[in-house]
Amino acid sequence: MDAPLRRQVRATVSSAKPYLRIEGVGRDFGLFTALRDVDIGVAKGEFLCLLGPSGCGKTTLLRTIAGLDVPTRGEIFQDGKLITDLPPSQRDFGIVFQSYALFPNLTVAANVGYGLRGKAWPKARAAARVTELLELVGLPTLAQRYPAQISGGQQQRVALARALANEPGLLLLDEPLSALDAIVRLHLRSELRALQRRLGVTTVMVTHDQEEALSLADRVAVMDRGRVMQIGTPQEIYERPANAFVASFVGRSASFPASASAGGLLLAGGRRLPAFAATALPDGMPVRAFIRPEDVAFGEGAASLPAELRGIEFLGSVCRLDLDAGGLPLQAEMTPHALCGLAIGAMLSVTLPPEKLMVFPLDG
Amino acid sequence: MRLGLAMAGLLLAVGLVMPLAVLLARAFQGPNGEFIGLAYFVTYASTPALLRSAWNSLWTGALTTAIVLPIAFTFAYGITRSRLPGRGLFRAVMLIPILAPSLLPALSLIYLFGNQGLFRFMLPADGSIYGPAGIVVAQCIYTFPHAAIILSVALGMADARLFEAAETLKASRFRIFLDVTLPAARYGLVSATVVVFTLAVTDFGIPKVIGGQFPVLATDVYKQVIGQQNFSMGAVVAIVLLLPALFSFFAERWAQRRQSASISGRAVLYRAKPRAARDMPLLLICLAVAAVLLGMVGMAGWGSLIRFWPYNMTLTLSNYDFARFDSDGWGSLQTSAAMGAWTALIGTPLVFVVAYLLERGARPGALSGFVRVAAIAPLAVPGLVLGLAYILFFNHPANPFGFIYGTMAILVLNCVIHFYTVAHLTAVTAIRQLDPEFEAVGASLRVPRWRTFLRVTVPISLPAILDIAVYLFVNAMTTVSAVVFLYGSGSKPASVAVVQMDEAGQVAAAAAMACVILAITATVKLAQLGVSLSLGRGWRPA
Ligand SMILES: Nc1ncnc2c1ncn2[C@@H]1O[C@H](COP(=O)(O)OP(=O)(O)OP(=O)(O)O)[C@@H](O)[C@H]1O
Ligand SMILES: [Mg+2]
Repeated sequence: MDAPLRRQVRATVSSAKPYLRIEGVGRDFGLFTALRDVDIGVAKGEFLCLLGPSGCGKTTLLRTIAGLDVPTRGEIFQDGKLITDLPPSQRDFGIVFQSYALFPNLTVAANVGYGLRGKAWPKARAAARVTELLELVGLPTLAQRYPAQISGGQQQRVALARALANEPGLLLLDEPLSALDAIVRLHLRSELRALQRRLGVTTVMVTHDQEEALSLADRVAVMDRGRVMQIGTPQEIYERPANAFVASFVGRSASFPASASAGGLLLAGGRRLPAFAATALPDGMPVRAFIRPEDVAFGEGAASLPAELRGIEFLGSVCRLDLDAGGLPLQAEMTPHALCGLAIGAMLSVTLPPEKLMVFPLDG
Repeated sequence: MRLGLAMAGLLLAVGLVMPLAVLLARAFQGPNGEFIGLAYFVTYASTPALLRSAWNSLWTGALTTAIVLPIAFTFAYGITRSRLPGRGLFRAVMLIPILAPSLLPALSLIYLFGNQGLFRFMLPADGSIYGPAGIVVAQCIYTFPHAAIILSVALGMADARLFEAAETLKASRFRIFLDVTLPAARYGLVSATVVVFTLAVTDFGIPKVIGGQFPVLATDVYKQVIGQQNFSMGAVVAIVLLLPALFSFFAERWAQRRQSASISGRAVLYRAKPRAARDMPLLLICLAVAAVLLGMVGMAGWGSLIRFWPYNMTLTLSNYDFARFDSDGWGSLQTSAAMGAWTALIGTPLVFVVAYLLERGARPGALSGFVRVAAIAPLAVPGLVLGLAYILFFNHPANPFGFIYGTMAILVLNCVIHFYTVAHLTAVTAIRQLDPEFEAVGASLRVPRWRTFLRVTVPISLPAILDIAVYLFVNAMTTVSAVVFLYGSGSKPASVAVVQMDEAGQVAAAAAMACVILAITATVKLAQLGVSLSLGRGWRPA
């Protein structure tokens, strides 16, 4: 799918009536509040990632969606039905846990077919469905193995097949890739994405890996300390963070304290920096400014700053530079080729493009 | 699910809490049930004979502990921290006394050092094995496996990284032992101490058989109740007996908690390197201990085959013709086997399901709190105390359950409750090792909970379940103290028959029956080993 079309699909999904609606959900553990005022809508067929640092409440939110945990406040609707107080067994979802929770005493086939019982699933039909699912996840030959006899990546796929067996309306994934090594993880990531697209199953996935979230999701919900800080497409989140937390958590950036000044200027380290984002702010307001390494431009110009090279980090295709621009700590990127000949201590001219500076009032 | 837990709560209330409450109340009542306050306690405290036996229990228990602990520690050290040959075999031999009734070592001692014993001449002329000497030696053998198990677990959990760190710091071996080994085993030592002491103080079989005229608390309870029919005084002595047990119960729980907190998840398992200067002396000590344990069994076995010790030493099987010595004959063995089987059959599912409900289902509340405590409490109640509580409770004219008195049912109920705690802890440990999300996955696939329990939880936990069943069976087969008050005509267990035959002077027959009990429990234990080796072959990772 090409980029404009994809964007269009996203636009339509997010404007449709949400399939899963979370309204004002809160969860307390004793005096500790793990979730507060969470509002999220997930459209049918959409892939939503919950992203946030450890302990921010991602798993707790996922468990309330599954009915494994009951919210203290708020309501959850799925497909127009109120499900807040329904036990898991009366809801319509499949789940993959971080541990996979495969039944070690059952074969791969028995694991996948575990939920295929009752009148709707006569033996032959269930067996056919198991075969189909194992083909779907690319493991048709492992049906008779036990979980202990297959690799971590294969176990993950079995868990996924098991969760999809009943054709659930909603797929919940709690860090499904985190137990795998880097290469397998990258591979499974794209497989997961393709499978989800193909089946069109509404999906909520928890992760603390932002690269994973940005590359997989239609939309990302960034969470911090039990709150949703921003919901948006990966591009929105990256390019237009709604607050300082998202700006610093998603992607790389350097930041420095500043204060707003009339006429769309920032005062920082005794310099005046033009910044579009500062235009609407009252004069003298204390703020924090962020700038991404790839946005820092090199070369002389009207608004350029002298910066001293403090450190170089080699990352393969690019090098990351630590700079000190008269007291402002900055990061920038350069190809190793362009870097040729520069040594620590060298002086460079850098420009902070006014449209790229992200500016947020200091909170609290 | 709440219903299941409620039934378990009811069972524990009827089988444990109510009898104990009646026992407590009885200590404050006169012969006709009138309240007389502390009168019996005052009598107790002012009767020198009774006080003397409390003191006797105390010092023999302490002496037993002082002897067993260093030996068990050395033995456990040998099988966990050295490279002796045959460590597996030593581990097996170490368990033998657990499989036999506690009377068996006492009977062997009688053969060896009794009035007509093989080695009687080694004792001073005016000395006698009947009394404190016999009690202490027999109890050392009986309590040894308990201490050795606890200590080998504690020593087995050693973190190799600590030893490596100490070695790189050039610490001497002795300092490593003092600074690394001992602190790591500290709580194991506390546990072993209190367990051995409690077992020694509360055991009834050994002082009964080899105590002679030497009174201890356990035999006092028996004498008050069976001899003098003085139930209130019996209750008072039982309460005194409960005190050390309660104390050690709390000490042991404290130590257990510390123990598990002291080993981190990242520890690397220690494997000793061969070193002759350490391994040779340890081998000799372990061999000596194993020889004593095997010798005890062998002596009882040999003695049981001798026609008329010591006058006619020809071999015979006539001592195994139990009908000659006891009106129940082999019947008591049948009773014991049936009692063990029923205890295992009823106790195992009960224990496992209750542990599962507590771990994986119950919302915290008064009911689950009660069941949780009641499941741990039996460990603190000596068998004699529980047995006496049962007489008082079930024999009470107003008790609607009174009809089970003197039947197999009361014996089984008593055994299930008496041995509940260890079985419960085994089940809890096994269930905690299961992935906590199994039930959630089952629920998300809309599979009923009981089905996931039967198809996943039970099969995975089968080794632990088998362990529980065998534990209950073995203990029901060998127990004396709890059932000695409760059997009726036609439901006399073999272990009680051993006591009675010994009392009647039929030592050979008593030894014979003890050997048959041991043979049965050992067979069951071996069968368990065989079965658990083949369990889950296929799906369990090698
Ligand atoms: N049962 C509970 N009782 C008390 N506090 C809890 C409980 N479950 C979670 N918490 C707390 O709620 C907070 C959120 O937990 P949660 O497991 O949702 O975090 P998470 O975002 O999934 O983190 P991670 O990325 O580490 O998995 C944590 O601070 C945790 O300590
Ligand atoms: Mg989590």
